[in-house]
Amino acid sequence: MAYSKPNFKEKYGNFINGKFVAPINGQYFENTSPIDNSLIAKYPRSQKEDVELAVDAANAAKEAWGNTSVVERATLLNKVADIIEENLEELALVETCDNGKPIRETLAADVPLAVDHWRYFAAVIRAEEGSATEIDANTVSLIIKEPLGVIGQIIPWNFPLLMLSWKLPPALAAGNCVVLKPAEQTPSSATLLMEKIADVFPPGVVNVIHGFGPEAGKPLASSPKIDKVAFTGETTTGQLIMQYASKNLNPVSMELGGKSPNIFFNSVMDEDDAFLDKAIEGAVLFAFNQGEVCTCPSRILVQEDIYDKFMERVIARTEAIVQDDPYDVKTMVGAQASNDQQEKILSYIKIGKEEGAKVLIGGASCKLSGDLANGYYIQPTILEGHNNMRIFQEEIFGPVVCVTKFKDEAEAIEIANDTLYGLGAGVWTRDAHQLYQIPRAIKAGRVWVNCYHVYPAHAPFGGYKKSGFGRENHLMMMNHYRQTKNMLISYDKNKLGFF
Amino acid sequence: MKFERVAITDRAIEIVRQLKEKHGDLIFHQSGGCCDGSAPMIFEEGDMYLDDSDILLGQLEGVNYYMNQDQFEYWKHTHLTVDITEGRGSSFSLEIPLGLRFIIHSRLLTDKENEILN
Repeated sequence: MAYSKPNFKEKYGNFINGKFVAPINGQYFENTSPIDNSLIAKYPRSQKEDVELAVDAANAAKEAWGNTSVVERATLLNKVADIIEENLEELALVETCDNGKPIRETLAADVPLAVDHWRYFAAVIRAEEGSATEIDANTVSLIIKEPLGVIGQIIPWNFPLLMLSWKLPPALAAGNCVVLKPAEQTPSSATLLMEKIADVFPPGVVNVIHGFGPEAGKPLASSPKIDKVAFTGETTTGQLIMQYASKNLNPVSMELGGKSPNIFFNSVMDEDDAFLDKAIEGAVLFAFNQGEVCTCPSRILVQEDIYDKFMERVIARTEAIVQDDPYDVKTMVGAQASNDQQEKILSYIKIGKEEGAKVLIGGASCKLSGDLANGYYIQPTILEGHNNMRIFQEEIFGPVVCVTKFKDEAEAIEIANDTLYGLGAGVWTRDAHQLYQIPRAIKAGRVWVNCYHVYPAHAPFGGYKKSGFGRENHLMMMNHYRQTKNMLISYDKNKLGFF
Repeated sequence: MKFERVAITDRAIEIVRQLKEKHGDLIFHQSGGCCDGSAPMIFEEGDMYLDDSDILLGQLEGVNYYMNQDQFEYWKHTHLTVDITEGRGSSFSLEIPLGLRFIIHSRLLTDKENEILN
């Protein structure tokens, strides 16, 4: 079954104070689909003044919203989840059109996972409690969590609706108002969602502004009228946002990518069974979402005594990947998100070859026919080399994986940790000791053990090292969006005795 | 003969000149990580806090090109050429509103270059 490009209006507005409004200076930018480079619609090219409007609306709404009951907030979050679920197919189609990822993924992963995150945070705030401690017979310490106020959120283009759904629910559940800026490559699903949920929250609680990083993102991140910035992206922008936040002494949370190792110990090939089949798929998950995932398992480490046999199976599975029209439900790998991403990926494959990496499969762009010839496609690619090569150290953000061998556990751990980043890792083994000891030795925030690319709400996700800090998808994220109020209460009738 | 770690294409120079006219003095900083990472970014001088951990790789059209020290350790055996392409990044890099993105093409340093530079 194949879908086709959805219909869009000619242009869209910013969602500020519960209404769609045109940008103040009347300027728009054209947003295109990476599937065939065709025009989707025009979106506001917002400037500082538009950001101010949104920030002011959020500030005006924060007092009342921060004082709503948890029942009320949970009910509204659940309402959003229901609306996303009711419009699953429409949102999936828009997401595929805007990002280039296959409809199979948006229908089965992006949108259902988004629903799950809204429901999770609706549930969390009904179940969690503050605390009270009796410090001595007459002194009680009460801990009450209070919202920060207004949150600025800047999200990337690789999972537009899902990243929105990682960011908005915990901030709103904690009682904050939000100004969110989607990536300029993918403004569509956030806009469609705002159309669907326009009346759910009081005006000003959720605001979405579009525009370019230097013109709209920077004024948002540096606004003295916000109380925190949450960012997912890359390291240089992360550093800049932290700098701007430091001027306002604002907290930040950062998710900045990785170069995740996916480690296969020899016991995976002890049997030719369902688990081996799962492990082979686990290696091929480098091509999931065209490799445009911050946790892309982009380094495969295979124990040397199974290397040839294992890689033969991985290459065969990679060969079987269907790369075609993203609107076709049979398609497994779609388009890269933009022309510059495609060029960047090709330049990495080139330097990889120069450094001596061997192309085991792929290694070039993928030419599709008809309108798709104008889109940005890269063949799933496996490069064999060693960990000092740049392709093993930098996030390529494409369906490109680098594979190398290791001798023993010590060498596997050494290679796995020889990276600037520490976001994700995978460990595959049938050995009960390795199942615990290897993940503990890896310096990364999420280690998938005998699985990969699973992102349920309720499992904290975030980075070590240059991959950032903060833990999303879990109730602990709520504390990144809250203050701690301590009420220290004395029940003693007598004075201290100093004066 | 001059040995350099970084170079720039003529069409990229044109964009750098255009941006200098609008924004004044500029710097390049090589990003790492997710999404729009692994790409050069251009900012107004003074916007980004730089210190000893930022290595100066060279100067292109009067614009200093920096990279963080620990990233440099993995990159120092390669030569970088800054180019420009159509595209839409989502960082704070100043060329983005033009519908353009700076990108880099890399090659290995020659043995002679390696000897002099590293």
